[in-house]
Amino acid sequence: MSRLPITKTPKAYVGGAFIRSESARVYPLKDAAGNFFGNIPQCTRKDLRNAVEAAAKAGPGWAKRTAYNRGQILYRLGEMLEARAAELADAIALGGAAKAAAAREVAATVDRLVYYAGWTDKYEQVLGNVNPVAAPYFNFTVTEPMGIVGVLAPEEAPLLALVSLIAPAITSGNSVVALASTAQPYPAILLGEMLATSDLPGGVVNLLTGFRQELVPTFATHTHLRAVSGVANADERRVLALGAADSIKRLHLLKTEEATDWFDDAAQSVYAVRATVEFKTTWHPIGS
Amino acid sequence: MPTLTAKKSKRPPVRASGRAAPALIFGDLWEFDPAPETADPKLKARYELFIDGQFVAPASGNYFDTVNPATEQKIAEMALGGAADVDAAYRAADKAQKTVWGKLPGRERAKYLYRIARLLQDRAREFAIAETMDNGKPIKETRDFDVPMAAAHFFYHAGWADKLEYIAPGRRVAPLGVVGQVIPWNFPLLMMAWKIAPAIAMGNCVVIKPATNTPLNAIKLAEIFQDAGLPPGVVNVITGPGSTGGLIMAHPTAAKIAFTGSTEVGKVILRSVAGSDKKMTMELGGKAANIVFDDAPLDQAVEGIVNGIFFNQGQVCCAGSRLLVQESVAERVVAKLKNRLRALRVGNPLDKNTDVGAIVSRGQLDSIRSYLDIGVKEGAELWQPPCRLPAKGFYMPPTIFTGVSQSHRIAREEIFGPVLAIIPFRTVEEAIEKANNTPYGLSAGVWTDKGSRILKMSTELKAGVVWANTFNQFDPTSPFGGYKESGFGREGGRQGLLDYCKLV
Repeated sequence: MSRLPITKTPKAYVGGAFIRSESARVYPLKDAAGNFFGNIPQCTRKDLRNAVEAAAKAGPGWAKRTAYNRGQILYRLGEMLEARAAELADAIALGGAAKAAAAREVAATVDRLVYYAGWTDKYEQVLGNVNPVAAPYFNFTVTEPMGIVGVLAPEEAPLLALVSLIAPAITSGNSVVALASTAQPYPAILLGEMLATSDLPGGVVNLLTGFRQELVPTFATHTHLRAVSGVANADERRVLALGAADSIKRLHLLKTEEATDWFDDAAQSVYAVRATVEFKTTWHPIGS
Repeated sequence: MPTLTAKKSKRPPVRASGRAAPALIFGDLWEFDPAPETADPKLKARYELFIDGQFVAPASGNYFDTVNPATEQKIAEMALGGAADVDAAYRAADKAQKTVWGKLPGRERAKYLYRIARLLQDRAREFAIAETMDNGKPIKETRDFDVPMAAAHFFYHAGWADKLEYIAPGRRVAPLGVVGQVIPWNFPLLMMAWKIAPAIAMGNCVVIKPATNTPLNAIKLAEIFQDAGLPPGVVNVITGPGSTGGLIMAHPTAAKIAFTGSTEVGKVILRSVAGSDKKMTMELGGKAANIVFDDAPLDQAVEGIVNGIFFNQGQVCCAGSRLLVQESVAERVVAKLKNRLRALRVGNPLDKNTDVGAIVSRGQLDSIRSYLDIGVKEGAELWQPPCRLPAKGFYMPPTIFTGVSQSHRIAREEIFGPVLAIIPFRTVEEAIEKANNTPYGLSAGVWTDKGSRILKMSTELKAGVVWANTFNQFDPTSPFGGYKESGFGREGGRQGLLDYCKLV
């Protein structure tokens, strides 16, 4: 008699803990063949607010880590993904992707993490500088993380796109509240498990699952989200822009209707890091 | 015969040494002879719009008066630009960008900017006087700061035009197209330079609207564009009311919009362009903390406090409008500050001895006055030095409030006038907490003798510019811009330039 396997309960990842939605709502996830796979948390505005709170608690500590330390943690996250590459590929294939394509996405995701791991202690030297002002001051411009960044992952490339959006934000010391692909949430749920074992402090990255139309308006208006990056359709972009105006939130949105090649080298850049930092200029006196 | 030191009863508190601090008395005791600046600002009775390299009448045929706030007298008639004029300006800018300016080699674009800088320096005095007449700020400031700094911005950005491959390592950059810009009335000429210089250095063309209250030097600067031979359409200047600014911001041809002004109007603009693909830079309001620690050189700090909040009558988005002063020196600082304010000369802005000029408009003066009432009503203590204000014109004596708490409106809202809210603190942590407790984040000041504390404070303060043992310093090489509700994007330096291009 064959053994009945133990199935995993898919959970969102908030504040370093694995949670169901506070609403107790779920939506069913089916595999490519149409068989029931599991129940995915249908997170609410309240879950989003809780996640922002968790990110707010974790953010300052993460921002104060040394660049070297952040780099090592991002690299370790890559190690965690690599070690469970087969499982991640299966999670991607669940949505219908061919095995080989799924494996390629996992590999590209790991490479992307390694790419940004290397940027943590370099972007400052590229983006910041000393300014030769015409007065007796040592004047320099450095970057600082914006704070909490909202991430809206696209439906496609459920692992690679999500990580491509999260990684630059945490590279520079931001914390993140991300909404995973609604149709293909399972890779994000596995990613949460890897985040939990990567030495990244709990709360720095929070992963929610659920429906965009329920959550995008709150991403738009939540004052403590200082920026939102991701992919959005025309209606969502309008909602986000209107909501962002209330607290002068920074928006960096790609268009759903224009395909993004997440595998391309152009999908990774120090300018993605730049999009999640503020520039601070200090005038320090010279002389006694 | 007047004496230089005050009578005993008027002296500030006795110092630790037991001797009273000497106090200089100015005011009525020292009469300064008038020293008005008399050079000719070379004004016309009527100014037109500047579109496609020509001065043209507005489509509506309507004009409005620009008024000298120091005298309430009309200076000139300005063209009232409307929708048709904005359209024409965008058409000219678009054509110029596509056919001329965008194709010009960077080294050639650079030469035009250098020319503009030089021509502005040539006519510096004339522009300084016109600026003072239109805005009400002291000639001392327009002559020594606004005009030279405007020229410096053109000169700095000129040199970038042929070196753009160095601003974004690893990527190539390209101009965005046509940029729509709306600027405020507090630094009319300097804001023109901040906005136009990086935009055109990068190869963009511009449609810009100066503030309704201060259009004079914007259109005078267009004369310099003509003299410099700047190709028609590269910069188009539309004068007019706020609604015309709204048209410029929302125009479909604008690939990017840049706005400097209040957070309130910034939000209106952001909503008006929601859903569009326009790139944006927003330079909005502020409520800067100027933080004085007990080890600071206090006399120097007092000068910095005065410069921080009374420079340009406090009508500065990055003004140090909240003085956070460490409790152990608070009394001494306030006493020194009051002494210093007694020596400030408020009056005719064209007088070379004037420290504090006129408020830009009656509306602004009324708004500032309403905050004085609010401050008093909420329980803060108001103090103003005795000074005789001119009978005509919009004047406001330098004002300080003590006994201010964090929750007072005068500590939370941008007043945009010569009004300082003084709030004591005890520890470094408390100073940081109080300084950051605002939706704004444009600038901050730190006064201390300790270099390590300067850097600690700079790291913790959520503000785009931090001045240590100084305040209100600007430089074209130094990026300026805010955190949080003070806006986004930077102006000046490499960072500012990058906001005027796209990565390709």
